[in-house]
Amino acid sequence: MSNETGASEVPEPGSPADLEKPGTPGTPPADKTPSPWRGVMREIASGSALVSVLSVLLAVVVGSLMILLTDETVREAASYIGARPSDFFYAVRDSILDAYTALFQGAIYNTNVEGFERRIRPLTETLKYASPLILAGLGVGLAFRAGLFNIGGRGQMLLAGAAAGWVAVSVDLPMALHLPLAALVGAAAGALWAGIAGVLKARTGAHEVIVTIMLNYVGYYLIFYALSRQGLLQAPGSGNPKSEAMPESAILPKILGDGFNLHAGFLLALVAVAFVWWLLNKSAMGFRFRAVGENPEAAQASGIHVGRTYTTVMLIAGALVGLAGVNQVLGTATSGVTVDLDAGIGFDAITVALLGRSRPLGILAAGLLFGGLKAGGFSMAAAEGIPVEIVLVIQSLIVLFIAAPPLVRAIFRLPKEATA
Amino acid sequence: MTALSEKTPMVPAPDAPVVTTRGLVKTPIVFGVVTVLISLLVAFKAREGDTTFRLAQDTDFFELPEITVPSTASLSTVVVLLALCTAASALLVSRGRRSPLWLVAVFAFLALTGFLCWAAAGEAVPVIGLLGGSIALAVPLVFGALGGVLGERAGVVNIAIDGQLLFGAFAAAMFGTIVGSPWGGLVAAMVAGALVAVVLAFFAINYFVDQVIVGVVLNVLVIGLTSFLFGQVMAKNSEGLNDPPHFDRIPIPVLGEIPVIGPVLFRQTILVYIMYAAVLLVAWALYRTKWGLRVRAVGEHPKAADTVGIKVNRTRYTTLIIAGLIAGIGGATYTLVSVPQFGEEMTDGAGYIALAAVIFGRWDPVRATLAALLFGFATNLSGVLSVIGSPVPSQFMLMLPYVVTIIAVAGLVGSSRAPAADGVPYRKG
Repeated sequence: MSNETGASEVPEPGSPADLEKPGTPGTPPADKTPSPWRGVMREIASGSALVSVLSVLLAVVVGSLMILLTDETVREAASYIGARPSDFFYAVRDSILDAYTALFQGAIYNTNVEGFERRIRPLTETLKYASPLILAGLGVGLAFRAGLFNIGGRGQMLLAGAAAGWVAVSVDLPMALHLPLAALVGAAAGALWAGIAGVLKARTGAHEVIVTIMLNYVGYYLIFYALSRQGLLQAPGSGNPKSEAMPESAILPKILGDGFNLHAGFLLALVAVAFVWWLLNKSAMGFRFRAVGENPEAAQASGIHVGRTYTTVMLIAGALVGLAGVNQVLGTATSGVTVDLDAGIGFDAITVALLGRSRPLGILAAGLLFGGLKAGGFSMAAAEGIPVEIVLVIQSLIVLFIAAPPLVRAIFRLPKEATA
Repeated sequence: MTALSEKTPMVPAPDAPVVTTRGLVKTPIVFGVVTVLISLLVAFKAREGDTTFRLAQDTDFFELPEITVPSTASLSTVVVLLALCTAASALLVSRGRRSPLWLVAVFAFLALTGFLCWAAAGEAVPVIGLLGGSIALAVPLVFGALGGVLGERAGVVNIAIDGQLLFGAFAAAMFGTIVGSPWGGLVAAMVAGALVAVVLAFFAINYFVDQVIVGVVLNVLVIGLTSFLFGQVMAKNSEGLNDPPHFDRIPIPVLGEIPVIGPVLFRQTILVYIMYAAVLLVAWALYRTKWGLRVRAVGEHPKAADTVGIKVNRTRYTTLIIAGLIAGIGGATYTLVSVPQFGEEMTDGAGYIALAAVIFGRWDPVRATLAALLFGFATNLSGVLSVIGSPVPSQFMLMLPYVVTIIAVAGLVGSSRAPAADGVPYRKG
């Protein structure tokens, strides 16, 4: 692997070279630093955090340009810019300011309403949107670390959500048993669905990208079938492809009281972050994952069973993505299982994992950022009529810029290496 | 070859003389499973009635007669033949030989005929519509797969095929409407596909960003961009921006009159004819020209190519742009053929299917085209069967193409070998 000399020249964790291969990052932070926070501090100091911030800034600037170019008031003012240029600049300022005010008020703190409790509500919405992104992002990121590309988030979430929903509506138990059972069955379903790709990869060498993509579609139609059959998942007496509403005993409790939508799924996501951090950095299994991800041939030669590792990592990744599906069905959209329960999270998770550099804490931060953009995007769409897809553009640009630090440095005329 | 074996020692090269027995055993196992599944149909779900295969359309010059067979009897015959194929394959494996491709083809044809006999009992199967529709459905996949094959042969993984298709579809709808001609739309689609390719090349070649990352992100970017522009601009002015004229069907005079083949292959739109030409042209250029040799050299061993004076990164750039132009044509088929209108996320992940066809077709333009056609066929089969009322729930029919792909990738193709330098950025020195 002579082409990856870049990684050995700059072994600093979180260095730009790490990003070139999500599955084969450089030395993991824990090998050198016992606490994850010291790794974070080092990243801020080394200047790569600066690049991240500038990347976000750059993406937001491009997003603003897109809003401006398509804003009718601005285009109107531009048509007589020669006569009254001030009109044009006021229109530009208003358009941008309104858009980002709406974004901020939708994602963090809304100054338009009375009372702190209602003003801070958007922040809790951000956390709510972030939870499934973090969970699914961990699943994708974990597979990345073992050198596998899990595009099957959609199928895994669907299977898990449907399985959890099935346990929720068809079993009658007290909450202390019902909720954990539904969540566990959901996670197991996600694990099995991803495990198919792992086993096929290990046994036959079938490319996991193809298999996970195909399983997305197979899972979609499978759940669609189950949801349109009486006696399977469809709500009794209904003609719609939708299940019954989830019973009270299987719903993730609201953690800030009924005034907020934030539910225990967020705590689940935090626990999952801690678990994946421990798994990757402290456990023998995680070491095997990373070894296989770095160099499967070398891992094989040193006695690691590569095929078995592929299967295990996909099982765990599927369970994590599955929990994102559980989070949706038992927490965010409790009115019943539908075929749209994944809400694009399975794919968003890929960008979350990429932005978080496949590291648990990075994924946590990326999930929070994208959750905020999502919450803010909806309020921007409602208040300013800007299509919510602008968020997708900004998200993807952030990941692109972060992946190419030299480009960001060149744009902002930063010195080539911030620190040695 | 040493560099090759260093990189992929666990994966035998397709033409390696020594093949592991495990790889050989897969084919009879898959054959056996399919045979058992179909014989279960005979045993438990036998259906009465005759099945008719309609081989002609009303407008044909020569009209072939319809073929009518009794459903259960012919299905039983098929099961016997399938069992024979499985036995033959197992026999070959026991002698350490590979099952030949024709055996796989015969098996697939038999299994399909048997399934149709069963599923369409008491009904008529419109064979021409089934095959012709498959080609129409496969067109964007074939163009996408050709673009993917070119890029990967030059050493750049192209996950952004879906983005190229979607952006092509968007540009074709918009500029086709503005210019007022489908040809204007087609050119715009090609430019759009190439534009995505340039961004991919810029990040992958100039900045060494992981190509899989750039590809996935570009797909998201194009979805965001087209959906944003659709909601913000296009939807507000549909007549002026989203109402492109479309290409009509052009029957080719003599060829179009041949029974079965004529209506299937030669009564299509100009885009399908461009597709035939593109497949042949790409295959010829890749294997028979100096340029193709350079592309393959750059994808297999860039350092060696550089040593003999081939500009590695320039070759990768031009190849990717050409690949983008081709993939863009695939995008145009979404908005310039049957329903000339753009819709948000209208490719619905077809680019990923094209990517599967690239890998399934082992990075070869002709085989990738066949894989894309297989996919189009499976999709159309599910549509046709749900129209004539098959006993299988429609969701399972719709699932079929994806299940077939998984079985094919896992069972029949197995581990395939990418170009050696695929996905690896080239750094000089």
